Amino acid sequence: MMKLMGIDVGSTTVKVTVIDGEEILYKSYIRHFARVRETVLSELYNVRKKFDGEFAVSITGSAGLGLSQRSGLNFVQEVQAAFIAIRKFYPDADACVELGGEDAKIIFITGGTEQRMNGSCAGGTGAFIDQMATLLNISVAEMDEYALNASKVYPIASRCGVFAKSDIQPLINQGAKKEDIAASIFQAVVDQTVSGLAQGRRIKGKVLFLGGPLHFLKSLRKAFVTTLNLSDKEAVFPDDAPCFMSLGAALGSKSVKPMPLGSIISCIENVSDSAEIVTGRPLFESKEEYTAFVKRHRATDLQFADIAGYEGDSYLGIDSGSTTTKLILITPDCRILYSHYQSNNGQPLEVVTEKLKEIYKLCGDKIKIRASAVTGYGEELIKSGIKADFGIVETVAHFKAALHFNPKVDFIIDIGGQDIKCFKIKNGAIDSIMLNEACSSGCGSFIQTFAKAMGMEIDKFSHEGLFAKHPVELGSRCTVFMNSAVKQAQKDGAGVDDISAGLSSSIVKNAIYKVIRASSVSELGENIVVQGGTFLNDAVLRSFELETGKEVIRPGIAGLMGAFGAALYAMENIREKSSLITESELDGFTYESKSANCHGCTSNCNINIISFGDGRKHVSGNKCERGAGLKPASSELDIFAYKQSRLTECIKKSTGTRGKAGLPLQLGMYEQLPLWAGFFESLGFEVILSDKSSRSLYFKGQHTVASDTACYPAKLMHGHIESLLDKGVDFIFLPCESYNIDEHCSTNHYNCPVVAYYPELLKANNERLNANNFISPYLDLNMRKNTVQNLYRTFSGYGIKKREIAKALDEGFKRLEEYQRDIRAKADEILEEARKQDKQVIVLAGRPYHLDNEINHGINKLLTSLGIAVLSEDGVFDKTQAVKVDVLNQWTYHARLYRSAHFVAERDNVNLVQLVSFGCGLDAITSDEVRAILEKNGKLYTQIKIDEINNLGVVKIRLRSLLATVEAEKNKNTQR
Amino acid sequence: MKEKIIDYTNEYPKWNDSMKSTHKILIPNMLPWHFRIIGDVLWQEGYDVEILENETRSVIDEGLKHVHNDTCYPCLCVTGQYIDALKSGKYDLDKTAVLITQTGGGCRASNYMSLIRKALSTEFPQVPVLSVNFSGLEKGSSLKMSLKLFIKLGYAIFYGDSIMWCYNQTKPYEKENGTADRVRDGLVEFLIQAFRKGKYKNFIKLNEKIIKAFASVERTDVKKIKVGIVGEIYVKYAHLGNNNLEGFLLSEDCEPVIPALMDFMLYCIVNVINDREYYGHNAGTAFIYRYVYRKVYGKQKKLIKLYKDEGTFEAPHDFEYLRACADKVLNQGVKMGEGWLIPAEMAALAETGVPNIVCAQPFGCLPNHIAGKGTIRTLKNLYKNENIVAVDYDPSATKVNQENRIKLMLATARENNGRINN
Repeated sequence: MMKLMGIDVGSTTVKVTVIDGEEILYKSYIRHFARVRETVLSELYNVRKKFDGEFAVSITGSAGLGLSQRSGLNFVQEVQAAFIAIRKFYPDADACVELGGEDAKIIFITGGTEQRMNGSCAGGTGAFIDQMATLLNISVAEMDEYALNASKVYPIASRCGVFAKSDIQPLINQGAKKEDIAASIFQAVVDQTVSGLAQGRRIKGKVLFLGGPLHFLKSLRKAFVTTLNLSDKEAVFPDDAPCFMSLGAALGSKSVKPMPLGSIISCIENVSDSAEIVTGRPLFESKEEYTAFVKRHRATDLQFADIAGYEGDSYLGIDSGSTTTKLILITPDCRILYSHYQSNNGQPLEVVTEKLKEIYKLCGDKIKIRASAVTGYGEELIKSGIKADFGIVETVAHFKAALHFNPKVDFIIDIGGQDIKCFKIKNGAIDSIMLNEACSSGCGSFIQTFAKAMGMEIDKFSHEGLFAKHPVELGSRCTVFMNSAVKQAQKDGAGVDDISAGLSSSIVKNAIYKVIRASSVSELGENIVVQGGTFLNDAVLRSFELETGKEVIRPGIAGLMGAFGAALYAMENIREKSSLITESELDGFTYESKSANCHGCTSNCNINIISFGDGRKHVSGNKCERGAGLKPASSELDIFAYKQSRLTECIKKSTGTRGKAGLPLQLGMYEQLPLWAGFFESLGFEVILSDKSSRSLYFKGQHTVASDTACYPAKLMHGHIESLLDKGVDFIFLPCESYNIDEHCSTNHYNCPVVAYYPELLKANNERLNANNFISPYLDLNMRKNTVQNLYRTFSGYGIKKREIAKALDEGFKRLEEYQRDIRAKADEILEEARKQDKQVIVLAGRPYHLDNEINHGINKLLTSLGIAVLSEDGVFDKTQAVKVDVLNQWTYHARLYRSAHFVAERDNVNLVQLVSFGCGLDAITSDEVRAILEKNGKLYTQIKIDEINNLGVVKIRLRSLLATVEAEKNKNTQR
Repeated sequence: MKEKIIDYTNEYPKWNDSMKSTHKILIPNMLPWHFRIIGDVLWQEGYDVEILENETRSVIDEGLKHVHNDTCYPCLCVTGQYIDALKSGKYDLDKTAVLITQTGGGCRASNYMSLIRKALSTEFPQVPVLSVNFSGLEKGSSLKMSLKLFIKLGYAIFYGDSIMWCYNQTKPYEKENGTADRVRDGLVEFLIQAFRKGKYKNFIKLNEKIIKAFASVERTDVKKIKVGIVGEIYVKYAHLGNNNLEGFLLSEDCEPVIPALMDFMLYCIVNVINDREYYGHNAGTAFIYRYVYRKVYGKQKKLIKLYKDEGTFEAPHDFEYLRACADKVLNQGVKMGEGWLIPAEMAALAETGVPNIVCAQPFGCLPNHIAGKGTIRTLKNLYKNENIVAVDYDPSATKVNQENRIKLMLATARENNGRINN
């Protein structure tokens, strides 16, 4: 009988299966390290050694498509291949989950066959797990082991690797246990699969689990089985899972014309490289050019002093970064006595104490550490751990360091492992700060992860790129996308050197065009200092110089600049006696980390408590002071706190005779709650509000989310609906409103498409909703009479008179107007009080629904704890005129933003921070305008992107940097 | 409103009609054959237009450099195309303008105008951006729309649609490779002449000519899988926006079914009428739109009759039928972006034997969360074999990734087909 062969070329592995009738003659599973063609060929040679005769062959898999097209061999789509094999070997299966290197798939077999695949923006796959393991600096197998001993699971954003990273990094820095982090990562993958792919359809019955990760990782299996609540019988993990798709492809070859193996091999041997790759110019044309380049940069190194021979004072700077820890010890004349740079292995405190011991030993009695300062992500933990004298925000540290190398510096760019920071310097102060947003972080750790995936050390990998002839153009976007672009380039035959050079230039382009958003390179200034560990990579440095066309300064200690700046700061602010932990104290230094929930308020924040050997404690993860056992800052000057209580007061809590009306407090309802509460209460309904937003509320509705790239507020809405349904309301009311209320200061007054029509999506994707329990009329509230008519028709089943409707609507509008009036009055009050107390004011400008603590992650509380008075856009916009902007001003809420920006521009001591929900397409437009308005008036623009991730660390850096700049500005003005 | 409006706008060059004689106007290429006819119509009106055909990777790169990361892909493509063209040295920068349409709807599309303006401002500050719109936007810098021009454009769209509709039903089946393309080229030329001679109002005769010309192409009698393309207007039609989706489907041995551009126009018109009916907006405006709607819809009905009488091709969708389809899935109140038109087309396709659909949208397209992906569940409940793949288009989404997903949809389609036939 004819032999059937299936070749499955995945994103990381090649699988080959040969069958003869029922019998599996041969199967193999090997990594291809991007050498797809060679790997497939070597496998075929193996097959040739064992068998002869004719084969009917098919190729499958995500990387197999191109190979099939160019070799002319038959292609079977991989989900289809899996399906064929399932029907053959597991005819009684109900569903199948398959995770691959870059794809995740679900096949529903019984109850309506359906095959689903992840979209283009979805992590949750093998590559994601690899990336996370790299971040923890352990192997995937180790991560699997760790996870089995977990005691706790942290919520981690599962949508995309970049987001998950931002969730995990703070956990690492706060000292959370590796076991728990590992388990959380696997849980995130499960959540992503269940919510992102299943989308409302339950995975139940006999479930087959396929693909490499699910075969090799016990913890991942466990997480799936527990989450889906499957019995041992129901969860099936086939032994041949890794090769399942190739098996399916072999079975799918039945109708393919058989060929001698020799012809198949020559088909693949003859595959040529595709000509589709776009290439750029080489980084260096010649070795000489490179030598000159290296020599030029050598010139800007610090001097070293011999620690063994030196006697006298010294200053210690520590930069506890996201993935690395840096220490530096300098003399008063800025010579380096000691420096250290290492990956923190997820244990920054351990690294610091160990190195500090070493420093103390080297110093002996002759060198005295006069002062110390800490900066970076892990600042607070390290500072309290080793009792450092100062903690400074990292932007300030970097600026200090850059000034040392070029007093005229007007632009600093720092690319670290995890983030990109850029600041413009004007008049000796930081003028604007740009940090990478969660979505464009093509940073250093990406090259590192990638080098590892190629089986190479980072140094060697980047060195390869220096002399690449045809660097690949990889675009400049988020790493997940870049990953696919790299894969595609590999498939098209690009070499490691070309990819390495391409990655370097991508990182640079990403920084210049996406983070800085320069419209031309001349905007960057004349005296540029580049720093951060990533710039130690000559390929990146060169790419930057080529792209900007400028010669820049890269200090020899580019990777230590934060620490150096901290040391300089310590030197400038020296106190009588340093509080730094002494050598003897250090010997007995121990600590223990424990996670807990704070019960200070209803937020129930996840907090981490680190207890030091001497009885001191460090608490992190808390949003307010309560978590640390302190009294929270007063919320008197916080309009968010006021609004939150004022908003719910709009419900007068009357018991209804006509029934219970449920109002989901999310999206537009955050603005219109007073209106609808008034309306329904006046009609004699009892108004029931949905539960407060929380992560768990989100999970409750996650299975009905249809589009996982929608904004977080929209996705939260699903949970609100579920909570109302559980409360037994008679109906949920949420109108569709194309038009918002006209505030007469814009060309049009639309709602954004999501706010306007989300009820339609809810109705279509939640099977518990129907025309009776979910009421969403189309209304234009500017047309009162028409609205009365529409509502009258909508509630015709309740026997309500039109007169009553009109009266109720009047009551609603009355409550809305009162609410808005009170907010504005409160804003005035806060402004006045802040002026009296000489406090800085920040307008947190976003949308009405940014009032939600689950959405803003308590940024208002963070601000009040920093001693800032907080206002909101809806409290201030009407205190100023309408503004005309360059873009079409056609959305009500956005028009408020422009006016708020102008309001801020007109006042001293008032600044604006714009809150932007990730995925908000409209804010791509508004944020540039708001920035323009502020900058035209010499104000700083700060934007904070918020999503389901709860990483206040980054936010804090931004806010503290802003405050530091404002402070510096103020001091300068008073000196004048 | 308080006493004074604070003006934060930047200076930008405006278009005025006197530039007609001096400036060349660049137009992005969304539908090559439609736009060739439309381009010539504008040329006859005295506008020196050129439809851009630069579609290389550098177009996308320029777009990436000049447009905000989170802005939708169509804007990025169009801006990139302009900048790439302006940089090419082929145009006298002091005598070139670029054109963009504005619908005035509630999604971002009406803001492409200002985004393009911003993108051009550093390197090409002298190049005016002119708007084509029917909502009274950009009064200082828009194309003057006479009634005659308006009518001419309407006819041009109808003929373009007719050519596209017949071509797509002919190309997959032509016996001799290239015949359908030759017929199409000939017809476009013929129609341009008809417009020049002022005979464009000969609606029946011209359409008959189109249908007959394609019907006379010799066909094989193989059965092919039909795949509908719906979605955001630009990525639905433009090859640059959708990685030549039409070509890919042809290479996969499918028949692409691409609904007419005129349906989008009718959709825009109906939305204004609906604003009156839903919310009681201005009666006068609605009256005019109703009149236009009746006229255009009347023509469409005549066109459909021609197809039915001739018999070779499936007739295009009847717009009232599309509206009825929409009502089964999504309220016609969803009017931002392509809104209810998307599910309407998906339902209509399913009912007319095309259950296999690519729903194309730019990555992160807001209205499509609701009208595209959000309606798939409802559609699947309504139509048993509905087989939709939602594909996101984005500068960095790889072609392989997109094609692999479309292939999955096709595999399902073939399987369903097998089941139905047996």
